[in-house]
Amino acid sequence: MLKIIVCIKQVPETQDVRLDPVTHTLKREGIKSIINPFDLYAVEEALRVKEAQGGKVTLLTMGPPQAEEALREALGYGPDAAVLLSDRAFAGADTWATALTLGRAIEKLGGADLIFTGKQAIDGDTAQVGPMLAAILNIPFVAWARKLTFTDNNRLQVERMMDHGYDAVEVELPALITVVKEINEPRMPSFKAKLKAKKEPIPVWGLNDLGFQPEQVGLAGSFTQVVKVFPPPARGQSETWEGPAPELAARLWQRLKEMGRS
Amino acid sequence: MDYLLTEEQQMLRDLARQITNERIKPIRAELDEEETFPWDIMNDLAQADLCGTVIPEEYGGLGLGCLENVLVLEALAMGCVGVATTYAASFLGAYPLLLYGSEDQKQKYLPPIAKGEALAAFALTEAQAGSDAGAIQATAVKDGDFYVLNGAKQWITNAGEAEIYTVIAVTDRVKGARGASALVLEKSDPGVSFGKKEKKMGIRASTTREMILEEARIPRDRLISKEGMGFIVTMKTLDNARPGAGALAVGLAQEALDEAAAFAKERHQFGVPIIHFQAVQHLLADMATKVEAARALVYAVARYIDTRPKDYTKVAAMSKLFPTDMAMQVTVDAVQVMGGHGYMREYPVEKMMRDAKILQIYEGTNQIMRNIIGLALNKEYSKKK
Repeated sequence: MLKIIVCIKQVPETQDVRLDPVTHTLKREGIKSIINPFDLYAVEEALRVKEAQGGKVTLLTMGPPQAEEALREALGYGPDAAVLLSDRAFAGADTWATALTLGRAIEKLGGADLIFTGKQAIDGDTAQVGPMLAAILNIPFVAWARKLTFTDNNRLQVERMMDHGYDAVEVELPALITVVKEINEPRMPSFKAKLKAKKEPIPVWGLNDLGFQPEQVGLAGSFTQVVKVFPPPARGQSETWEGPAPELAARLWQRLKEMGRS
Repeated sequence: MDYLLTEEQQMLRDLARQITNERIKPIRAELDEEETFPWDIMNDLAQADLCGTVIPEEYGGLGLGCLENVLVLEALAMGCVGVATTYAASFLGAYPLLLYGSEDQKQKYLPPIAKGEALAAFALTEAQAGSDAGAIQATAVKDGDFYVLNGAKQWITNAGEAEIYTVIAVTDRVKGARGASALVLEKSDPGVSFGKKEKKMGIRASTTREMILEEARIPRDRLISKEGMGFIVTMKTLDNARPGAGALAVGLAQEALDEAAAFAKERHQFGVPIIHFQAVQHLLADMATKVEAARALVYAVARYIDTRPKDYTKVAAMSKLFPTDMAMQVTVDAVQVMGGHGYMREYPVEKMMRDAKILQIYEGTNQIMRNIIGLALNKEYSKKK
């Protein structure tokens, strides 16, 4: 019986994300909310692991009270339970404060064998919460997983997607995995699960439930602040060379010399 | 328009729309072009629990009514009528069992249909018997504990793909229409084979084949209801399916309207979007009005059927006749609004226009619908005198 936790995030649907000029956090008013698209792949992978290995899938999210909608929607895909972390004190959290809060909740849930997250959220695009959460829980993580294979009951072989090809790594449970869209094709929600999700009691845990002081979490507990958001400069053209190292070194030297001249 | 749907009905409709948007629309042109049977989408529908909407819960379905069924069909038809026909035809095959099947038959055949593990099909039409259901030639002859079937069923939707078939065959030639019976056949039964896949004008994602019965020997307990009930089973099955055909028409026409209106806002001629021209506005206005009228009729009839009235043949025929004629007009007009673009296969409305035509033909032609309604009126007004 694997204990599987999937961390999801409710995000604004629009690509055009605006920042609050005072707090520099995301402005959510008046924009339709969806489940972060990458997280649906995390939910699907968790369900597939459960179906193959047995276990229980619990959803976890931190957010304003309306994040409950995202949990209910995600329950429609078939997870067993959900917990919402919501408190005014959690507001304005950076990635660290978010990961810290999620970590405490996972401890309160009695830990997990496997934690899934999407590779990043489409609003903040940091891709930090998953790995930070693993660090806080002191467990290994593999980011950008595109394929999982159990080699025995508590060992996973993971294909980690890279710019060119993939890395094959092994990890022992408990572990945290962040997934890319290539990992699976999420199923359709089920009507019966949606009906059940509508009535499912979703516990809401706040500051006191998790035993935090207000200054440890939310904006107060954050080390970083977003000052400015801008698209990164486009990456230059890249090439992949293959061959014996001495040959490649010679080729690289030649190329660098040419570049130095022009 | 708000049709005062319950939260559960809206949830069901939204789920079907999600399948349409995420799974059907992205590949509908390809399914049409390549005439591929949409197994992946059927699996999505099964995963979503939508294969058993009208099948009672004790047989693994959702136990919902006609209104819920039409809501799902309308939403799926917004994606592709070929796909929606495949889905709806399975219910057409299941209705004889639902309405007249024995407890054993229901236990055996309904759960796999409801779970989406098996598709069903309804085999009535023959080369010389379509509208004239009394002219059926296929025979089912009793032989001890068996029936032996011979004949050929033409243009059977889902034939060759479905596992479960309800077949109408003559058990007593002398009795005419009262000599027809309904029987369940399985794809794997001896003597059952299928003809080539027909090439159709539209609904190309749906598969249509001949079902050939040559000394097909099946156990006696495959008879649905009693011998001689075939005609009644057929009529009741079609009564239940007709609002569904109307719903497909509403979904299709709505989608054609959406495409045409969106195009008219984008397309500029004489320096302005063409939606600014009254000629285009009037076309769109008529289309929108007809779609809403048809939807109101389909929902009203579906709600009426859900009150389990004794006789709903006339209104069921109306709920098929008006929307399907409407869908033909609206899709033709959608192509007209879009002009040359509408005629190109790069845009979805030419397919919608091709798909619309079959709705006026299958599950009883619209001429037969008028006969049914006329006959009912004649009866009603005789009583009133």
